[in-house]
Amino acid sequence: MATTTDHHSAHGDVHAHDDHKPGFFSRWFMSTNHKDIGTLYLIFAIFAGIIGGAISGIMRLELDHPGIQVLASVNHFLGVTSATMDQNLHLWNVLITAHGLIMVFFMVMPAMIGGFGNWFVPIMIGAPDMAFPRMNNISFWLTVAGFCSLMISPFVPGGTGNGAGIGWTAYAPLSTSGSQGPAVDFAIFSLHLAGAGSIMGAINFITTILNMRAPGMTLHKMPLFVWSMLVTAFLLLLALPVLAAAITMLITDRNFGTTFFDASGGGDPVLFQHLFWFFGHPEVYIMILPGFGMISQIVSTFSKKPVFGYLGMAYAMVAIGVVGFVVWAHHMYTTGLSEDVKMYFTTATMVIAVPTGIKIFSWIATMWGGSISFKSPMVWAIGFIFLFTVGGVTGVVLANGGIDDNVQDTYYVVGHFHYVLSLGAVTALFAGFYYWFPKMSGRWHSELLSYLHFAVFFVGVNLIFFPMHFLGLQGMPRRYPDYAAAFEYWNHISTIGYKVMAASMVIFFVNIIYALVAGKKAEGNYWGEGANTLEWTLSSPPPFHQFETLPVIGDDDHH
Amino acid sequence: MAGAKNHEFHILPPSIMPLAGSISLLTMTSGGVLTMHDSANGKYVLALGAVGILFTLFQWWSSVIREAHAGDHTPVVQLHLRYGMILFIASEVMFFVGWFWAFFDFSLFPSAAKIIGGTWPPKSMTAVLNAFDLPLINTLILLCSGTTVTWAHHCLLHGNRAGLKTGLWCTILLGMLFTSLQAFEYAHAPFVFGKNTYGSAFYMATGFHGFHVIIGTIFLAVCLKRTYNGDFTPKQHFGFEAAAWYWHFVDVVWLFLFTAIYVWGNWGFPVD
Repeated sequence: MATTTDHHSAHGDVHAHDDHKPGFFSRWFMSTNHKDIGTLYLIFAIFAGIIGGAISGIMRLELDHPGIQVLASVNHFLGVTSATMDQNLHLWNVLITAHGLIMVFFMVMPAMIGGFGNWFVPIMIGAPDMAFPRMNNISFWLTVAGFCSLMISPFVPGGTGNGAGIGWTAYAPLSTSGSQGPAVDFAIFSLHLAGAGSIMGAINFITTILNMRAPGMTLHKMPLFVWSMLVTAFLLLLALPVLAAAITMLITDRNFGTTFFDASGGGDPVLFQHLFWFFGHPEVYIMILPGFGMISQIVSTFSKKPVFGYLGMAYAMVAIGVVGFVVWAHHMYTTGLSEDVKMYFTTATMVIAVPTGIKIFSWIATMWGGSISFKSPMVWAIGFIFLFTVGGVTGVVLANGGIDDNVQDTYYVVGHFHYVLSLGAVTALFAGFYYWFPKMSGRWHSELLSYLHFAVFFVGVNLIFFPMHFLGLQGMPRRYPDYAAAFEYWNHISTIGYKVMAASMVIFFVNIIYALVAGKKAEGNYWGEGANTLEWTLSSPPPFHQFETLPVIGDDDHH
Repeated sequence: MAGAKNHEFHILPPSIMPLAGSISLLTMTSGGVLTMHDSANGKYVLALGAVGILFTLFQWWSSVIREAHAGDHTPVVQLHLRYGMILFIASEVMFFVGWFWAFFDFSLFPSAAKIIGGTWPPKSMTAVLNAFDLPLINTLILLCSGTTVTWAHHCLLHGNRAGLKTGLWCTILLGMLFTSLQAFEYAHAPFVFGKNTYGSAFYMATGFHGFHVIIGTIFLAVCLKRTYNGDFTPKQHFGFEAAAWYWHFVDVVWLFLFTAIYVWGNWGFPVD
C-alpha cells in the first residue's frame, strides 16, 4: 500500500515529525512498528493465556476427586445438551488438546518471541525497527488466524463428540482414523497458520539480528536476550517446516486416502512421532531459550554486574540449540526403539544438561559478590532459577530410557514439563514483564503487588505440580479424567494449588489495571545502575521510532 | 515517517496487506476443511480465500517493486532481502526433509503388511515408472533450465537485455515443459495416490516439488514481465536473483527426488 504520499513521508518530508503516530485503525490493524506489534502480541498472549488457564481450571476441578464431576456441565455450556458419557470423555481429550496447543503456540511463543522479542531485540541492538516491518505484522495476524481456526474446532464434530481430542502431539491413528469430523482439520490448519507466521517471524529476527546491529555492536557484544532470540529463531526456522510436513500428511491421511501413518496401507504411526518430535523437541527449547535470555538480563541488572561468563552463556545457548535437534526420540522410549537407539538418545539428552548447567551456575556466579537489589523482576528471576532447576533435574531423570520405560505418560512427566514450562517459561515471562512493563507503558506497576503476585504464584504452582511427581511415580497415567481412589489425596492438593495460582493471577491483573490507571510515570532508566542495555538509554515508553540516528557502541562497553 | 532519519534502513508506512492476507488464509483453510467434509458451499469459501491470497500477494509485491523504484532498497535493505530469501529457502529445505524422511522410512524399512510384503517397491504393485524414461528427460530439462537462468543472469549483468529476455523465456518454457511432462506421467502412472505408502510418498514428495516448480515458473514469469517493463539494472536486480535462487533450489530438490525415489527406490522392479 505504498502510495506516493507514503513515500514522501518515508523519506522525511517536512510535515513528518519524530513521534507522529498513525490513527487508531492504521496503528493497530495495519502496523509496521515493532513496538506496536510487540504490544499486540502481548495482549493476544494474555488473552489466550486466560482461555488456556481457564481450561486447566476445568481440568483441575475435574481431577479434584475420582469419578466424573464437571465434564457434563462443560458440555452443556458448549451447547451440547444431554451429552453421553463417551462425549463427556471426548470433551476431556478436547480440553487437554486445547490447553496444550493454546499454551504452547498462542501464549508462551507469542509472549516471548512475538511480544518481548519484537519489543526489545531491535532496541537492544540499536536498530530503528525490524528488517521486514510489514512481514512482522503478518506473523502476528497469522497467529491470530491460527487461534481462530483452533477456536472454531470445539463447535464442530471431531469424532465421538465436538472438538479435536487428539492431544497437542496429534499422534496418529487417533488424529487420523480415530477422529472423524472437521474439528481435527481445523485444529491442524491452526498449526499450519500459526507455524507459517512463526517461520516468517524467525526469518525476520535472524535477518534483523545479523544485519541491523548498530555500529560497534559485534556479535560478541550483543545482549544475551538477543543471543537467545537468534538461537530460538534458527530453531523455529528449521524445526517448524518438518511439523508442517507431518501435519500435512495427517491432512492427506484423513481426507485423501494416503497411508503415511496407516499400518494397513504399509504406513507407520511411529513415523508421525519421529516427525512430530523432530519438531517438538526443538520446540521446547524455543519456549525456554528466550526466557534464559531475559533472566540473564535481569540477574545482571539487579546484581549490578556483567553476566558471569558472557561468551560461555551465549555459546551454551547455541549448544543447547544444536544438540536439541538430535535428542528427539527421548519422547519415544516406549515405542519399541532398539536398546542401542535408546542408549544413544539417553546419552545425547544428558549432554544437554552440560550447557544448561553452565547457564544455571553462571547466573548464580553473576549474583555472587554482586550488589543485589531484590526488585520484583529479580525475585521472579531467582524463582525461575530455582523452579527451572527442579524441572531440569527431573528432566535428567526422564532422559534415562530405562527409567522412562516406567514413568512414560505418567504424571511424573506432566510434573516435569510443567516445572520447565509453567514454572520455568511462565515465571521468566512474569520476570520479563515486571522488568520491562514500565519501559513499554511508561507507567509503574506496584512493586508490592508484584511481590505478592510472586509469593502467591510460587506457592500455588508448586502445590499444583510438585504432587504430580508423587502421582506419577505411583503410576497415575496422564490424559484421563478419572483415576483410582488411591490417587485422590495428591490430586486434591493439586487442585487447591490451582485455586491459589488463580488468585495470584487476579493480583496480576489488578496490578496491570493499577499501573495503567494510577501508575506513576516511569523515567528512562528506572532501574538505574546495572541496567545498561540500549533500551535504558531511551525514554519510557520509547519514541514511536527510536534511533533515528544510530547509537555507536564503544570498545569498552559491555553487554 | 521520521523527520530526521539518519540511517539506511527501511521504515514502512502502515499496510492493510498483512491483515488481508491472514484473513484470506484463514478463509482458505476453513474452506478447505468444509470442502474435505463435503459441505456444499465449501468450495466457494475455498475459492474466496484463494482469490484473497492472490490479491494480497499481488498488492504486496507490487508495493515492494514500487518501493524499490522509489529508492527505498538501499544496499543494507537489499542485504536484508538476500538474507530473507536464503532463510526462506532453508525452511523449504526442511519441509522437504519431512517428505524424504517419510520416503526413506517406508523404503528402508518396508512394512510387513500384506500390501507391502516387506519389499520396496511393494510386492502388491505391478509396475513403477521407469527412471530412465521421462524422469531422466525431465532431469535434463531442469538442469538445462538451470543453465538458461544463469545465461539470463549473465546477460543482465553485462547489460544485454535481449539475452536476458531470451534466457528467461527459455527457462520459463523449460519449466512449463517439465510441469507438462510430470502431469503426463501422473496421468499414466501404474499406481495411485492413496492405497499404499508407495503412492503416498511418491505423489506427495513429487507433487510438492511440482507445486514449487509452478511457483518458481510464475516467479520467473514476473521477472520476465518486469524485464519488458524496463526493470532490473546490472547493479540492482534482486527480484531476478531471488527467482534464480529459488529455481536452483527446486532443481536440487529434483535431483534428490530423481536419485532417491525414481532410481534407487525403484531399482530392479518391473517398469511400466
